[in-house]
Amino acid sequence: MTLLLSLRGLVKRYGALVVTDAVDLDIAAGEIHAVIGPNGAGKTSLINQISGETRSDSGRVLLNGEDVTDWPVHARARAGLGRSFQITSIIPEFTVLENVLLPVQAVRGHNFRFWRAATATAELVDAADRFLSLVGLLGVRERSAGVLSYGQQRQLELAMALALAPKVLLLDEPMAGLGPRETHQMVELLHGLRRDYAMLLVEHDMQAVFKLADRLSVLVYGKVVFCGSAAEVRDSSIVREAYLGDEEIPA
Amino acid sequence: MNTLAETPSASATPRRTPRQLAAIGVIALFSLFLMAIPVYSMNSGDAYVLTIASRILAYALAAIGLNIVLGYGGMVSMGHAMYIGLGAYTVVLMHAVGVDSGWLQLLAMGLAVGVIAIVVGWISLRTQGIAFIMITLAFAQLFFFVFVSLKAYGGDEGMTLQQASDFGALTGNRTALYCALLACVGAALYGTYRMAGSRFGLVLRATRINERRVKAVGIPTLPYRLAAYVISAWVCALAGFFLANLTGFVSPAYLAWSVSGELIVMVVLGGVGTVVGPLVGALALLLFEEALKGWTEYWMMILGPLIVLMVLVFRRGLWGLLSAPHSDSDNAAEETP
Amino acid sequence: MSPEFLLTQLLNGVQFGVLLFLMAAGLTLVFGVMSFINLAHGSLYMMGAYIAALTYGKTGSFALAILAGVVGLFVLALILDRLAFSVLHRRDHLDQVLATFGVVMFANEAVRFFWGNAPLYMDVPAWLAAPVPLFGFNYPAYRGAIIVAGLLVALGLHMLINRTRVGMIIRAGASNRDMVSALGVNIGWLTSFIFALGGALAGLAGAMVGPILSIQPGMGEPVLILTLVVIVIGGIGSIRGAFFGALIVGIVDTLGRGVLPGVLFKVFDPSVAAAAGPALASVGVYVLMAAVLALKPAGLFPVRYS
Repeated sequence: MTLLLSLRGLVKRYGALVVTDAVDLDIAAGEIHAVIGPNGAGKTSLINQISGETRSDSGRVLLNGEDVTDWPVHARARAGLGRSFQITSIIPEFTVLENVLLPVQAVRGHNFRFWRAATATAELVDAADRFLSLVGLLGVRERSAGVLSYGQQRQLELAMALALAPKVLLLDEPMAGLGPRETHQMVELLHGLRRDYAMLLVEHDMQAVFKLADRLSVLVYGKVVFCGSAAEVRDSSIVREAYLGDEEIPA
Repeated sequence: MNTLAETPSASATPRRTPRQLAAIGVIALFSLFLMAIPVYSMNSGDAYVLTIASRILAYALAAIGLNIVLGYGGMVSMGHAMYIGLGAYTVVLMHAVGVDSGWLQLLAMGLAVGVIAIVVGWISLRTQGIAFIMITLAFAQLFFFVFVSLKAYGGDEGMTLQQASDFGALTGNRTALYCALLACVGAALYGTYRMAGSRFGLVLRATRINERRVKAVGIPTLPYRLAAYVISAWVCALAGFFLANLTGFVSPAYLAWSVSGELIVMVVLGGVGTVVGPLVGALALLLFEEALKGWTEYWMMILGPLIVLMVLVFRRGLWGLLSAPHSDSDNAAEETP
Repeated sequence: MSPEFLLTQLLNGVQFGVLLFLMAAGLTLVFGVMSFINLAHGSLYMMGAYIAALTYGKTGSFALAILAGVVGLFVLALILDRLAFSVLHRRDHLDQVLATFGVVMFANEAVRFFWGNAPLYMDVPAWLAAPVPLFGFNYPAYRGAIIVAGLLVALGLHMLINRTRVGMIIRAGASNRDMVSALGVNIGWLTSFIFALGGALAGLAGAMVGPILSIQPGMGEPVLILTLVVIVIGGIGSIRGAFFGALIVGIVDTLGRGVLPGVLFKVFDPSVAAAAGPALASVGVYVLMAAVLALKPAGLFPVRYS
């Protein structure tokens, strides 16, 4: 069982406020590992430290065995860390195709090519189309991304992460703002992808989490208070206490 | 907002909307008009028109250069006039070391401007937002003062060219200069168009809109922004080179920050991030200035508030009015250049 | 190069620095709290000088002239912000650059239209005309007064920012504007106040500079650009950065122009010195800025953002 993502003792402070408190975490190939916790637990901060946008004060981040703690964001992405953002972060002025072309281009050599249209380069477009069809957006590939429905934009967000051909996917609330039908679609999508990637899933939608996650880490005030399977989490009194009044844990 | 030139999509059908046809028609007509000018000038003996047109084209070239870094790259450089000045002074400085050949001068200019742009660009791009704007302005002032202090080259007052750049039989030929300028402008426009749809262009434009996203897909943004900065510097320097040969005069005034400001006005007036916008903007602004100057010596009192008005009211620029509407439509992918 | 000469140059550098501080303090707050790049700040300085000179000419009272410059610019800046600039606060920097560029264009021409190209002059008031004996040599009292006045203002600003409620809100706004707004502070009036304060400081600088520089259209822009250098070196949004940055820039620029050529002549061949001297002198501050930026992109005293 190869560990694709490992966090060792990550700590992040803002002044006297400890946002991430010595977090350890492991994700193996083919595993979906969910991080749940009440609001303000530090989930997004944790993701930002894994992706490299925030510098941890101490601790290590290991990607596929390699210590990437000091690596900048783009280097970690190139090394196999894909990310989807909680607040949709696509390029609205580009077409759907052009959005996915970006990560496709990124992993295929340098981009100092000034002449040939990216959309006319078959190799790139074919690769992009494959990812678009994976998330079900092939039909709208020529549309401007800004006019897509919210749900479609979330799918595009995912496609952009996938198009990096990453080993690890960081998914920051992929269901955020989705209605029940779209949530179901997203869950099916992720379920279909689980074998090929290791995923770190931050989510509030507990039903989705319990459907997808192999293991869960429960984050409270920046500390992992519990780590176990879905069943173990459901039965845990520690978790129940932490969540009292905050979220519903489906029985 | 307007983005791009039409990109040949691998599977899009080459339909053209009426708006696109109109735009292409306008461009075609306009090109014919521009090409007719030297013919008219030769036949009628009116050199004035040629000079004015050349000057407008030179500034249009500079605006096209700025558009790469400002319109597509989203970097508000308030100091690009310095590259115009560097291009212009190349002629004088090269002459001083005995090099009069136009081609060698251009080569030297390319090297010098390339190095300077890399250094200035790298330092400036360590900052962003307001700081970037201020720093580019300050660097332009730096070079302004350098040239002011070069008493041997006219200092504050500037100096006239003792020898135009040598291009063999065409040296000093006004018509040849105009045609060369026209060719350069055309090439720059076409180059911008191709760049916008290229892999480089996609990265650059995406970085302008959402840098965080671009980094998250594994692309380091600095090298691309720096490259755009250097390319735009080269284009502006070329414009300066033409201006020096056109007017026969160089002075630190080429690097004045008001020139940088006017370049930005041209780009925005024409339509930020469109291919043809800078040409339209340069034309509109310079012709308008000529008209105003003829009317009153206090023409800047009128132009100033009009610029403010343009900012408050007129967001998408002149060319933006003609090209495709806001990206709310399905046709967003098939925009006009 | 006598010690008196050096000391004089140094004091002149401090005096210039103090003026730059007055300009930079207001502008850095506008940049930091409102994220509003105002290229027309130099025009405010120019208006301060003109109003002071005209008031002095009409009333003969120097104190009134200074007061007119300060209060007049406070009011003018307030009106400008409420009527015109507030729209720009929400726009992107490109729009702000263009709009304020247009304002500068208009202001310079308007001044030229009303009062012509020829410079206005302001005499040093009689009670500050005599030189002051200082460390064994004489220093112009007026310049000394500028230094004193500027330092007093610096002290006053320090107290305002660090010891009053308004100052606390300003500091909070520099860190996190949306939060301050969410806390119920009327951001509109806060920003107008900051803008007006900046205008008043620029007006003071312009008014004080009247007797030592010529008052003419376009006088604001060279000072504005140096002010920008100060802010870049000091750190955007940081008053402390503005203070030290201004002193550094003031001293480096003045010493560069006054002292460096002489030093070069002593060390290098006259022809080299003659060529390099003026160039290095005027370029010195920009090289300094580039060096600071290469090492510390956020400036020497950056404000920490949340």
